[in-house]
Amino acid sequence: MTLALTPEELDAIRLSLRVALWAMACSLPPAVLVALVLARGRFWGKALLDGIVHLPLVLPPVVTGYLLLLLFGRQGPLGRFFAEAFGLVFAFRWTGAALAAAIMGFPLMVRAIRLSLEAVDRRLEAAAATLGAGALGVFATVTLPLMLPGIIAGLILSFARSFGEFGATITFVSNIPGETETLPLAIYAFTQAPGGDPMALRLTLVSVAVSMSALLAAELLARRLARKLAPA
Amino acid sequence: MTIEIEAEHRLGAFRLEAAFASGPGVTALFGRSGAGKTTLVNVIAGLLRPARGRLAVEGALLLDTARGIFVPAHKRRIGYVFQEGRLFPHLTVWQNLLFGRWFHRKAAHPTMAEVVALLDLAPLVDRRPAALSGGEKQRVAIGRALLADPRLLLMDEPLASLDAERKSEILPYIERLRDETKIPIVYVSHSIPEVTRLATTLVLMAAGRVEAVGTVEEVMGRLDLAPKTGRFEAGAVLEARVASHDATYGLTQLRCAAGELTVPRLALPLGTAVRVRIRARDVIIAREPPRAISALNVLRGRVAEIAAGDAAQCEIRLALGSASLLARITRRSLAELDLAPGSEVFAVVKSVALGDGPETVEI
Repeated sequence: MTLALTPEELDAIRLSLRVALWAMACSLPPAVLVALVLARGRFWGKALLDGIVHLPLVLPPVVTGYLLLLLFGRQGPLGRFFAEAFGLVFAFRWTGAALAAAIMGFPLMVRAIRLSLEAVDRRLEAAAATLGAGALGVFATVTLPLMLPGIIAGLILSFARSFGEFGATITFVSNIPGETETLPLAIYAFTQAPGGDPMALRLTLVSVAVSMSALLAAELLARRLARKLAPA
Repeated sequence: MTIEIEAEHRLGAFRLEAAFASGPGVTALFGRSGAGKTTLVNVIAGLLRPARGRLAVEGALLLDTARGIFVPAHKRRIGYVFQEGRLFPHLTVWQNLLFGRWFHRKAAHPTMAEVVALLDLAPLVDRRPAALSGGEKQRVAIGRALLADPRLLLMDEPLASLDAERKSEILPYIERLRDETKIPIVYVSHSIPEVTRLATTLVLMAAGRVEAVGTVEEVMGRLDLAPKTGRFEAGAVLEARVASHDATYGLTQLRCAAGELTVPRLALPLGTAVRVRIRARDVIIAREPPRAISALNVLRGRVAEIAAGDAAQCEIRLALGSASLLARITRRSLAELDLAPGSEVFAVVKSVALGDGPETVEI
């Protein structure tokens, strides 16, 4: 078995990275918002929102994928809206794979951000207000920097989850080489084909390497930040 | 008036119903823990919106619930030094100091150089808050509040979390602040020595209400308030001046409205104004001038008021000239000496009870 990757395998890796990075980046603003609402908001239906956000964590991924197909498919209400309003099509496109990955990683990201937000000392925010900072100023100069460790943890978790997403992706956007065939889908396809084992093994090693690097990067960043943010 | 405040608010079982007006200098909010001092200061800062209230600082109306006026904290320009410092851990000391300027760019006064010099911050500016001692943190917190160019500075027990040594290290800075900047200060404390040393006006709080407002001498000399300041610590404060020094015995003579006081030597020039706190439990009452006695201070006066209940001890206010002195004696002595308002007496105070410690302070 040679370790050199075939163009087909490289495509799957590149696609997986693209899907995971987009999923991670697009999840961040809504995740911060939802975390803020869940951590600080007091309103009717908060438990319901909490439940909906966490649903992808407990539902079988195939169910999430099927729901996405119903909502964001060509005939789905949201799918049609995005296609008409922004020309953005999800069904059987890599964008759909990114959407599925984002949805699956969202609860993990919200959780990490919410935990760090709840750990922010609100007395520091009050101190910032007495120094002239309005609500937005307090958020930008005190709250956000102090919740940075949680944001980074959330980004890494979302990236890792997206990189490995399988069930919802294959249900929602199928397995189209070069378009929706991400790394896990490619591994699955190779294990189903005769003589595909070396390819499957090579991609598995790549998968382990990428996931390990993400975890190590997260750990390093978290340590550096913890030193910087040591409570006064 | 520099500050006029009225506030009514309920927090669980606690009820705040306080009002006072005060002039420039240091207004000390004094009372035991739970008296509502911090709650009232939070109302002034705008961190707590009271059910009913009104606040004007140097003529600016910042709160008036009757007219629906509530200026939010960030627009009040009221500096706040918290008990625990509350420095931003993700910023350096320098960035902490400049924090207020990010939001108030027009402010030109005081300058960074002035504040750094006033509080001796130069060696600290590159550090992070985690690397500062408790006293250093409080100095940075004071500097940070000053640089936001406040019209009023609130200090909520800024020394409470420090040990005695650090306290005496910070107090001179607060005095410099009072004397060198003209910013009025509201200083919250439950420490009689701190209040005696710093206060221009004393506001005594108990159970959510303001019990008395006046100079330190006036408030501390009132018999009815003694239970509220704590029986053990209760005592009158006399304002005096250094009259002479006695090098042979290491003593200093002070002159005050009550007469002459001899205290252990103070390293202060003649004429310096000082406050002397004489605890009620350190005062002995005699009906005749005592002879051959070790105590150096024997002051002549009259009994002005007596507060006696069923307890073994009772409190007496003596009028010495225009000054007041509080004394605590047993009820038996009260009966045996046959004391009544108007009785002529001699108050005896040991000089060593007025040591050069927190009892006698320069003002």
